[in-house]
Amino acid sequence: MSSNSQKKGFGATIWDYMTTVDHKKIAILYLISGGFFFLVGGVEAMMIRIQLMKAGNDFLSAGTYNEVLTMHGTTMIFLAAMPILLAFMNAVSPLQIGARDVAFPFLNSLGFWLFFFGGIFLNLSWFLGGAPDAGWTNYASLALASEGHGIDFYSLGLTISGFGTLIAGINFLVTIINMRAPGMTYMRMPLFTWTTFVASALILLAFPPLTVGIFFMVFDRLFGANFFDVTMGGNTIIWEHFFWIFGHPEVYILILPAFGIFSEIFAIFSRKRLFGYTALVFATILIGFYGFMVWAHHMFTVGLGPTANAVFALATMIIAVPTGIKIFNWLLTIWGGNISFTVPMIYAVAFIPSFVAGGVTGVMQAIAPLDYQLHDSYFIVAHFHYVIVGGVVLAILAGTHLYWPKMFGTMLSEKLGKWTFWFFFIGFHLTFFIQHFLGLMGMPRRVYTFGADQGWDLFNAISSAGALLMAIGVIILLVNVVMTVAKNERVGNDPWGDGRTLEWAIPSPPPFYNFAQTPLVRGLDPYWIEKMEGNKEGMVYAEPLGDIHMPNGSIIPFVISLGMFTAAFGAMYHMDGHAWALPVLIGGLAITFGSMLVRSLKDDLGFHVTKEELIADNERIQREARALEGGKKGGLK
Amino acid sequence: MDLNKRYTPQTWPDHPETATLEGKNKFVGFWLLLAAETVTFASLFATYLALKDKGPSGMEFSASGLFELPLVFAMTMILLTSSLTSVYAMYHMKNHNFKAMQAWLGITVLLGLAFLGLEIYEFNHYVHLGFGYTNSAFSSAFYTLVGTHGAHVVFGLSWFIALMLRNAKRGLNMYNAPKFYLAALYWHFIDVVWVFIFTVVYLMGVIG
Amino acid sequence: MMKGPKKWRLFALMTTLLVFLSGCGREEISTLIPAGKVAQDQFNLLILSSIVMLFVIVVVTIIYVLAIVKFRRSKVGEDMIPEQVEGSARLEFIWTAIPIVLLLILAVPTVYATFDLADVTAMDAQDEEGVAENLTVNVTGKLYWWEFEYPEQEIRTAQELVVPTGERVYFNLIAADVKHSFWIPSVGGKLDVNPENVNTFYLEFDKESSELEEGVYFGKCAELCGPSHALMDFKVKTLNREDFDAWVAAMQEEQEAPTETLAQEGEALFGQDGLSCIACHAVNSAGAATGQGPNLTTFGDRTTIAGFMEHDEETLKNWIADPQQYKPGNLMPNAASLNNGEELSDQELNALAAYLMSLKVEE
Repeated sequence: MSSNSQKKGFGATIWDYMTTVDHKKIAILYLISGGFFFLVGGVEAMMIRIQLMKAGNDFLSAGTYNEVLTMHGTTMIFLAAMPILLAFMNAVSPLQIGARDVAFPFLNSLGFWLFFFGGIFLNLSWFLGGAPDAGWTNYASLALASEGHGIDFYSLGLTISGFGTLIAGINFLVTIINMRAPGMTYMRMPLFTWTTFVASALILLAFPPLTVGIFFMVFDRLFGANFFDVTMGGNTIIWEHFFWIFGHPEVYILILPAFGIFSEIFAIFSRKRLFGYTALVFATILIGFYGFMVWAHHMFTVGLGPTANAVFALATMIIAVPTGIKIFNWLLTIWGGNISFTVPMIYAVAFIPSFVAGGVTGVMQAIAPLDYQLHDSYFIVAHFHYVIVGGVVLAILAGTHLYWPKMFGTMLSEKLGKWTFWFFFIGFHLTFFIQHFLGLMGMPRRVYTFGADQGWDLFNAISSAGALLMAIGVIILLVNVVMTVAKNERVGNDPWGDGRTLEWAIPSPPPFYNFAQTPLVRGLDPYWIEKMEGNKEGMVYAEPLGDIHMPNGSIIPFVISLGMFTAAFGAMYHMDGHAWALPVLIGGLAITFGSMLVRSLKDDLGFHVTKEELIADNERIQREARALEGGKKGGLK
Repeated sequence: MDLNKRYTPQTWPDHPETATLEGKNKFVGFWLLLAAETVTFASLFATYLALKDKGPSGMEFSASGLFELPLVFAMTMILLTSSLTSVYAMYHMKNHNFKAMQAWLGITVLLGLAFLGLEIYEFNHYVHLGFGYTNSAFSSAFYTLVGTHGAHVVFGLSWFIALMLRNAKRGLNMYNAPKFYLAALYWHFIDVVWVFIFTVVYLMGVIG
Repeated sequence: MMKGPKKWRLFALMTTLLVFLSGCGREEISTLIPAGKVAQDQFNLLILSSIVMLFVIVVVTIIYVLAIVKFRRSKVGEDMIPEQVEGSARLEFIWTAIPIVLLLILAVPTVYATFDLADVTAMDAQDEEGVAENLTVNVTGKLYWWEFEYPEQEIRTAQELVVPTGERVYFNLIAADVKHSFWIPSVGGKLDVNPENVNTFYLEFDKESSELEEGVYFGKCAELCGPSHALMDFKVKTLNREDFDAWVAAMQEEQEAPTETLAQEGEALFGQDGLSCIACHAVNSAGAATGQGPNLTTFGDRTTIAGFMEHDEETLKNWIADPQQYKPGNLMPNAASLNNGEELSDQELNALAAYLMSLKVEE
């Protein structure tokens, strides 16, 4: 039951992870599966760039290319970027606020497994008659016209994984509202926790419209409804509205936690408190708030009329203000600091110019009349890759290096990390900078081929070469991970040496109950405060040592998700007239609702870790720390 | 948490639903879930308004011709009353009067079932008129909006029944009090949504 | 020793310059070489916003470079603990206020241009005799081709839009199947072609396309619409008003039957008693649209086949024999399926090609 029992068999470890409700293990599950989907999406990206390497290439057929581009976008957004960020949120936010777990450990596990099975379902489309091919935006007229089951895989897969994300969002909100340690006021919360909080609020309000839109799509395609069927009075613009009412906040759901990670990094590796903490917090909230008022800037060319376009253009421009505030506060954080160029810091430093470049092109596209030219061209492809790769992916890579020791107790190699960085960073700019010009030169996005007579050959070749460099960078990262796991050199509480927040005050990885005693927080950056005052333990405590209540593990989340996964197949094939489909649909739903009923009827009160066990465990931790101290001094180098 | 601890009305806290950390978490989490539900229904309402009376050329159905207010008014009254009876149930829950709470919940469930029966009758009636789910964009939007509400009613009723049966023998404690409270909260939410459906779909539909 | 890096720098500069010079693209399709009022307005906004944004980038870069150079650990010392500064209200105010001013500079022309480019009030204007003062073209986007109808002139064509220079041309856009987007990059921004509603806007064409290397502007579909989205190209021929009127007059006339025997043979194959191509493809611009396939009245005048391929008989024959191979997912059946399952003979293909190439209204 307790996660510190040593040397388990392989089967037992798998079972442990399938039933775990521990936020730190769920974080690892998110990281592994998100990382896997990141590689899948990366392979798809490489296929796109190989196809567009030269004019008239025939590496992919037209239909396959559309499947690849759709799955690249969908996978990267829903199955890679968001889960990896959820991995960090899970691993770090509860620790940062001094909590022993999230508010709903059971739901945390359910959220993961729903995401996981949704992602698997979506990707099985490759093997079961073809992937979705209407773009990640899945515009309704094309999606309804699409043959085969690709779009159904998209709709049902995203519905399942979307429920998982919604559950995760609610969970973090409640955790942060209710579970903060004594003294951890809202305005003392680390910025990563703040961004987790705001991003979760965005998840809460942005996912329902997507779910509704997708349900309409499912009803139209599988049950004969007419939401988007123009001949029956339907309207495809409704889909576009729902998709972007979700889609724009989604961008901030991704970028805000990325901002949070970078905020932590700037403070840690400049050895300096965040400049303008209050401004950063309010900028975060403002960005989240405005995120809901600008969706129609994705639809400037739809024909909503000049008034709507002008209003949404102005609203969009306003977002540049809080974003600018953030950039300048980060610059002033490193200004006057003591900058150590570790791998996370290099990523953070590289993030600023990359993201500013993506941000200014965003403002250019907010100018509605100019956007008539830029929209759906390669300019927009360049823009969103600048913000998503230059912002989110750099944050993911930085966060992987930064939090790896806290999650696994070992350090990724700094040397290989720098190799990854240079390959990835140079490759990234090479790939995407030039695409701005391709767009301005008239190249539309989502084209599977282009003619040689249009002046786009050279730039496309350069772009493809850049993609290769990025791929090499990712491969080096994989080597780094494998080598680090193989070496298994343990590190102490604060391996970077300059940690400021609570997670660095406890062992790496932390014991399953996180804090033997709940900490008392005396200000912003509590661990830094204690360190500066010479407190060897790194914490003051809000309670005496006593029994700790912990939740039980459970297989039910896995089973609920498996049931929905099964039911989705039944729903999809039912319309083809297969006799077995209806029983599968009913059986899957029965499994889901049955296990929910079991969960609700069976009392599950958790268990207690006794004071004696805590004392014994603490002695083990001290012993290991001393052994580590004896082995070598400090964490770095 | 000790399930065997016995409470009397004197030792029972004023707000049993938020007296424990688990209860507090559930309380906040459930309100957040209702926020998400609100957005869901807002989306469905927006779609309904966009597609109201829209169909293939020559469609014979329109909101003003189709809906009949007396039946829907009766449904509204039944559901509003059930909301009131669930308030009584929660009043007794807070006073640690288990039997009275169960009784009022029982009445709430019966009223909910009556509402559901009338709704099924209403849908059945429309389908017989030829206004099926696939008839038009209007029909799809109507059934999806009102049907989603109906599905919520079914879920709410199942929740009440499960709680009443599960706890019939053991009475109120700090573990199940938040559950009763949230089920009742959910029931109020369903009621509020229905008030909007009654206004936006039926009243505004009939009036024009 | 000094020479090495200097040379390298010069080389780098040259390369950058080269990239930027080639960075304007082709005149037929680049938004960076505007060929009409709309594209020019949009290009001006591009330049204005680029300048403002460049200013932002320069400011950020200066602070940024100074910070990472001045405050590196190797410079300030391993053990230095920096002062833990909380923030500065004055600085926060500055970097809130200045961006707002910059955005205001952008906001005014944005709002103006948004309304200006959407102003289609003159579209229905008529002179005293009830003749429309402005040219209107109804555009229909269909699975991988474009139909252009001139309602006042009562003519219709496909794939190559012909318009007069020096005046506003108004467009009504609608999709017949899935959503498309109508884009002529060098003449103006795009507008979506929706299945449920007609979208309206205007463009102006400054220059006669005969001056261009390719003789036409390139038009694109900008919204993913299926496998052959990338191939849903069209071309734009701009003529001065006189030539345009002549073209319209020629279009309105009854087209002459072919005189060559091979072409006559092709006409027979094309017709009802042959392969029935005519069931989908009209060859008379005045006739009502069959809607199925592109109108071929001007086929011989065009610069491309199917919107994107070389305009010669060899390509045409390959296309007729197996359209799916070149434009996957398009709705044209391959020739064999119209010929009781048998491939067309070379003679038949030659005849069809000769006939189609003879369909011209320009001389």
